Parts: sequence; C-alpha cells; structure tokens
Amino acid sequence: MQPTDIHVLDKANGSQETEYLRIHGASCASCVSKIEGALREIDGVKEAAMNMAQSTVSVTGHAAVEAMINAIRAAGYDAESITDSSNQSVLDEKEKADEAYHKRLMREMWIALSLGVPLMIYSLVVGEMTVTTTMERAVWLIVGLLTFGVMFFAGRHFYIGAWKSFANHSANMDTLIALGTGTAWIYSMFVVFFPSLVPEMARHVYFEATAMIIGLINLGLALEIKARGRTSEAIKRLIGLQPKTARVVRNGEEVDIAIERVQLGDHVRVRPGEKISVDGIVSDGLTAVDESMLTGEPMPVEKATGDEVVAGTINKSGSILFQATRVGKDTALAQIIEMVKRAQNSKPPIGRLADVISAYFVPVVMIIAVISALVWLNVGPDPRVAFAIVSATTVLIIACPCALGLATPMSVMVGVGKAAEAGVLIRNGEALQTASKVTAMILDKTGTITLGQPAVTDIELAHANNESKVLRLAASLEVGSEHPLALSIIESAKNRGLELGPVEQFQSVTGHGVEGIVDGHALLFGNEKLMRDRGVDIDQHLPSAQRMAALAQTPMYLAVDDQLAAIIAVSDPIKEDSIEAIKRLQNNGVRVVMLTGDNRATAKAVAERVGITEYFAEVLPDQKSDKVAELQMQGEIVGMTGDGINDAPALALANVGFAIGTGTDVAIESADITLMRGSLHGLADAIAVSKATLSNIKQNLLGAFIYNVAGVPVAAGVLYPFLGLLLSPVIAGAAMAFSSLTVVTNANRLRLFNAQKH
Amino acid sequence: MMIINLLGLLLIALIVWWFWLYKPQAVLADKNTVTVVVDNGTYEPSRIRLLAGQNTTLRFLRKDASSCAATVVFADFDISEELPLNKPKDISFPPLASGEYPFTCQMQMYRGALIVNENGE
Repeated sequence: MQPTDIHVLDKANGSQETEYLRIHGASCASCVSKIEGALREIDGVKEAAMNMAQSTVSVTGHAAVEAMINAIRAAGYDAESITDSSNQSVLDEKEKADEAYHKRLMREMWIALSLGVPLMIYSLVVGEMTVTTTMERAVWLIVGLLTFGVMFFAGRHFYIGAWKSFANHSANMDTLIALGTGTAWIYSMFVVFFPSLVPEMARHVYFEATAMIIGLINLGLALEIKARGRTSEAIKRLIGLQPKTARVVRNGEEVDIAIERVQLGDHVRVRPGEKISVDGIVSDGLTAVDESMLTGEPMPVEKATGDEVVAGTINKSGSILFQATRVGKDTALAQIIEMVKRAQNSKPPIGRLADVISAYFVPVVMIIAVISALVWLNVGPDPRVAFAIVSATTVLIIACPCALGLATPMSVMVGVGKAAEAGVLIRNGEALQTASKVTAMILDKTGTITLGQPAVTDIELAHANNESKVLRLAASLEVGSEHPLALSIIESAKNRGLELGPVEQFQSVTGHGVEGIVDGHALLFGNEKLMRDRGVDIDQHLPSAQRMAALAQTPMYLAVDDQLAAIIAVSDPIKEDSIEAIKRLQNNGVRVVMLTGDNRATAKAVAERVGITEYFAEVLPDQKSDKVAELQMQGEIVGMTGDGINDAPALALANVGFAIGTGTDVAIESADITLMRGSLHGLADAIAVSKATLSNIKQNLLGAFIYNVAGVPVAAGVLYPFLGLLLSPVIAGAAMAFSSLTVVTNANRLRLFNAQKH
Repeated sequence: MMIINLLGLLLIALIVWWFWLYKPQAVLADKNTVTVVVDNGTYEPSRIRLLAGQNTTLRFLRKDASSCAATVVFADFDISEELPLNKPKDISFPPLASGEYPFTCQMQMYRGALIVNENGE
C-alpha cells in the first residue's frame, strides 16, 4: 500500500506556521509554564509547547520570531530560532557540522595512532609481543591501560553506539568494531593478569591492534566525510545560484531587500551582470539572459516585455524591470533543487539486494567470527587460543557493511547531480536505472524533433482564387481551432495585414481538420482524407501536395463551397541539432522511432532528413500510447519523448517518459525525466549519464561484494592450511577503513564524466 | 573442548535470537506527533505503534554527527529525507493501512519500524 499524501515538512525551511526555538537557561519544570505562558500572550500565537528534554519550544501561529524571542528574554531566558530558513543556511550548517565531525575524527585518529604506531613499530622490530616475565607483565599492564585510554578518548563512540544498538536488538558497524577491538583488548589484559591460565605459546598481547584499528577507522571515516561532501557539489552549485537579495520597487523607490521578503507582484530591478532573484515576467527593458546554469543551453536568451525570467539565471546585457510571479519555494529553481535533492536520495531497484544483505550482514559476520574461532580451537595448530582470537577479531574488523550500503546511494547522488548540470532532471532512482536500459526511443515529431513553431511556407491556388483571400478564409476558420498548425495560419494572415471574419457553425473533425461558415461560404480545411470523405475533387492537385510533403511541409486543403480553393503548406523547421542528437542515440544502440499526426509523405521527408528509418505517421493523439505498447510488445524497453502536454498518457505508459521543455518551463510533475532545454542532445545526455551511473553502481556493488566475500574467509584463515596466511587485525582494520572510502571515491569519479562525448 | 564448542553454539543461537527473532516492545504513539531521537547508531524509540486511520507526524531529531545518521529512508513510501543535525525534521503520514513499515538509515544499519494496526495492540 502506498499512501498518496505524505509530505515532509522541512522545519529548517521557513514558511511554516510552526516556529521552533531553542531555549537557553531553562533548567526547571516551572520554567516550562513561564516560557509557554510568555509565548501565548503574544498576538497571533495559538499554541506554545516546550520540550524540556530537548530545550526546544514549538510555537504555532503567525507571530514574528523576533516577538517570540523578545517575550522569552523578558521572561528571563534566552532563545534562538532553529526553524530557519533557506537551502543555503541548511547547507552551511551541514557543512559546519561535517567540518566539526571531521575535526573530531582526525583528533581521535591522532590520539589512537600516537599509541598504535610506536607499538606497531615495536612489534615489527622486536618481534612477538609476549608476556613471560613479571617485568613484561608490568610494562604491558601500563600499555594496556594506555590502550584503554585510547579506547575511551578516541573510540568511545564505537562502544556507545554498539551498546545502544545491541540494547535495541540491532547491530551495525560500531558493533563489529567494538567487538573486534574489545576482544583483542580483553584477551590481552587476560594474558597480562593471568598468564598461567594461557598456554605459553599463546601469551601474546594485541594492544597495537586495538589502537591501530581505532585510529585507522577514524581516519577512514574522516576521509569519507570529505569525499561525501564532494558528491553533493552539483546541488551546492544549484543552491548557490539563488541570490540573497533583490532590488524591488517600493513606494516608487528601488530598495535592496532580503530574498525571503520579495512578494508576489513586486517589481524587481535587475542590472546587467546581476542574478535574477525570483521568477517573473519582464515589464520593462530588453536584455539577454544566460540560462545555461539551469538548461545547459549555452546561448543567452533574449528577453523583452512579456517574456518570462527565472530565478538563478544571469542578466547579461540590459537593465530590466520584472514583476514577480513565483517566489520562495515556488520558483523554478527552488523546485528543481527540491526535485534533485529527492532524486539524489532515492534508490534505484539495483540497490535493493544490497539493502537486504546489509540488513542481515552484521549478525551473520558475528556468527562467522564465532564459527571461525571454534574451528581454530578444534583443529587449528598451536597456539590455538591465539589463532582463534586473531581470526575472530580479524573477521569482525574486516567485514564492511558500509561499502555495500554506500555503493548505490553515493553513485546516485553524483549521477543525478551530474544530469542536473546538463539540464536533465531525473525524478528518481528507478527512472535513472530504466533510462540506462532504454532500447527504443519514440520521438514525437512536433516540438521534439522540430521547433514546434510551424509557419506557412507555400500556397497553391486552384480555381482563380488569390492568396490573400484563401489565407483570410482559412485563418478566420482556424480561430476556433486548437491545433498547433492553426496558429501558424492565423499568424501568417495577420502578418499580411488581413482582417479576419467571424466564423459560424465551427466544428473540429478530430485528427483530420475543421469546418465552418465564413462570409456565407461553407469551408472545409484539413487533410486529404477529409476532402475525400466529403467528396471534394483534389486529384488534379495531388502531385503538388506530394511535392510539398516531400519537402517536409504539411499540405492542407481548403475547400470553399465543396470546391478546392487552395493547398496551404505549413512547415515546422527541424531543430538545428536534432540530426546530430539522433545520431548520438543511434550510436548508443537505441532504436529511434518517430511519431507524428502528419501525413505519411511529410513524416517520411522529416524522418529521412534527420536520419530516422522507422516512423509512425497519421497517428491520432489518443493512439500515441498504442504505439508505445506496440514497441513494448516487441520486447523493447521504450522511452517516449514529448512536450509533456498532449502526450501525457504515452509518457506515462512508456518505461521512461522524457518531457522536453522549452527554456525553463519546467514540466517537473509530468515525466520521469525532464529535459530543461529544447535540444534532443539533452536526451542523449540523459541516457549517457544514466548508463554511466548504473555502471558506476555496478562497479561499487561488485567491489563491495567481492571485498566482503573474499575478505571475510581470508580473515577467518581459510588460506592458512594452503599458504600459511592469516591476516593481522591491523591489516583488516586498514582494509575496512579504506573499502568504504574507495566506494565514495569511485562514485566521485562520475563527476568527471562528460555526457556530450557519449 | 566439548564445553567450549557448546558455548560457541549457544552464542550463535543467542545471536540469532537477539538480533532476528526477538521483537522488542513497540512504543504506542498516544499523540499525533512522535519524536524519534537519532543518536549513537539507533532510533529512539525504534518501534512505534500507530493506530490505523490516524494522521501521524514523526519528528526526527538527529543528535548523531555521523554521516550514516544523516538520512532516514521509508522504503515503502519512497521517502528518503536528510535529517539536519540537532534540528527537528517532521515527516507527516496520512492514515496508514495496518502493517509494519520499516525505516532505516541509508545503509540499513539504523533500524526502526512503524507498526500500524486497528486497535493499537
């Protein structure tokens, strides 16, 4: 069951009715009622509830935060808002927290290694660290206590974490590290205190292992934090696009205000070189705007009065004034950030097996460690106890659930971000995975391969008509139509300065054309089939129509009072880079199929021009999804690319739906993958990035599987009977620490991937 | 040696029982909002019992700086949310059908579950 209406309130993200404050100086139960009472007295506060344990208070209502803080101060305490605010401040705080954590880990690493390394060197130079004499016992006791200090000061978090999760009936990486290092230390101390209870050959101490493992794993974690930070660079860049202030016109004056205070309808001034602060419509001025950061489109886009501008893009040349139409979380940029964040956190199905394994991993490793110890105790060579302890410790330490768990999410994080940089918005991990497997791609002709801006290119007259007359009649009739070609006819008539007449009894014949009465004449305007159905004789003009179609124009017949009056050809220019992008898809082994409502001859001409051999012509709008199903029946994994408006059912039915946007008009909700720029190169980029991401995930998963599947048995000592090889726990600690780092580093390799080259 | 082997086997049995078979008591959510503290490798409370047909908000408060704790995943609902450090983050659920819905960290090491049933038992 999947509930439909789950929503996540990011309390760190403004605009909610509930405000959270952290209280300082409140230490008794009576403070609670005092603080709550002070808050409730503020106008607009509905409810205030304090959580003493967390020293936080939640305030519901519409009062200003400053008023709340002042009221709390007046009551004798101090408070700060923890509700705040923009993506940027959340990000800054995350970075600050990560930085502090990194520092702590590094400090703990130095503590642990400053004991571990000298001990390690001693054991390598002097040899076995055994306990035989009383003197040795005293020395090792001191070393044991020092090691305990390391465990306490540098490894405390492992032991607390392990204990807490144990009490909770769960186990994690902390459990393994705590058990491994704990076993080594307890055994060593046992040897120090009761050497006589241990066979002479087994009187080893492993303090260096405990200290080294804690140090190395802290080092691994610290490096991992840094590497993880790099995986989210793309989202950081997007968040960084949002300017902090805007210059708005208030009371006739231009003033700089914080971005959060810009309201709908505000007039905002942007000067050359400045970033556009919120979404809006240009009300004055002319400029060119660089939208490449959102669309991947390198050429600046011209903007004049009435054009839309979006937050985060850069005003290049002129000064403009625009009216805000979307602010705060509603801007295209904010929505893109939200979508990318969600997609980065979602998991493709390929990661599910790893999840299942991770869930059982730690207890299984613990069982393997016990079995390994038992086997050494039963059939191992002497000193059996020492071998048993070493193998059990090594098994516990070498096993790395993190590498397995990180394999998928880290690559998705980088891959989705990489796609966003190329103007490709991937909805979730599943879309990413399916896109990487697409075998057939259906391209809607109009607006996808072509510009979607048809224009009248040719008029052939019949029966002594004149161009203006037929164009005026056709345009007058088309005023009632919703067909994209209708607009081109009307535009053309208007460009010639023709005045349109009123239309009566207008009717649309779906997929074929329109009819109606203009100036008392019965008009029919549409394709060949419409003419034939109504018995209009067009035979004499068929060759002309075919010639037009062969030039990739769409011929439309106009009949006046059941007599052919003209053929008007409309052509929708092919986008400049469609040919090259389609070639990229085909080179990647994708079967490209074109789909259009146009007649067969026009379809053929367009298909030939862009290098497509397969096409479906004369497809009515509701038949588009049938064509998707047809290809799926042939065993293809089908991608459908359309404008996301009239092909929504086909987009939904396809294995992956690609909505091709124009500029920053984001059809975020309609498709699995949204291409922010009109170019089909975005499509090839999307497929290239998803393929690269999936292969990166596979490398990571395979690496993590092999590491664990090979590492654990070697640690248990399966190679000992053949090669005499038994890993030292220190080596295991190093391997473990760097295995997860390797996964993150490999994911970061994706950052260097250049989609355009594939 | 026999005793040691038996002890070993007993230990294995204990591991299986403790980590897989034993189901800890769930905390009944008596209000619409339950605060889950993320600290030291665990969710506290980890098993939360909810009444079917009731709106619920889980308020996560992450105190654990470890990057493992940074994301909470509800796989059944396709929710994956980043948890800011030391700040509450609310995830609201509409009335859910009876059943058990696990939530985990990204690596499945931190584990918890929402247990939804008709009578809250």
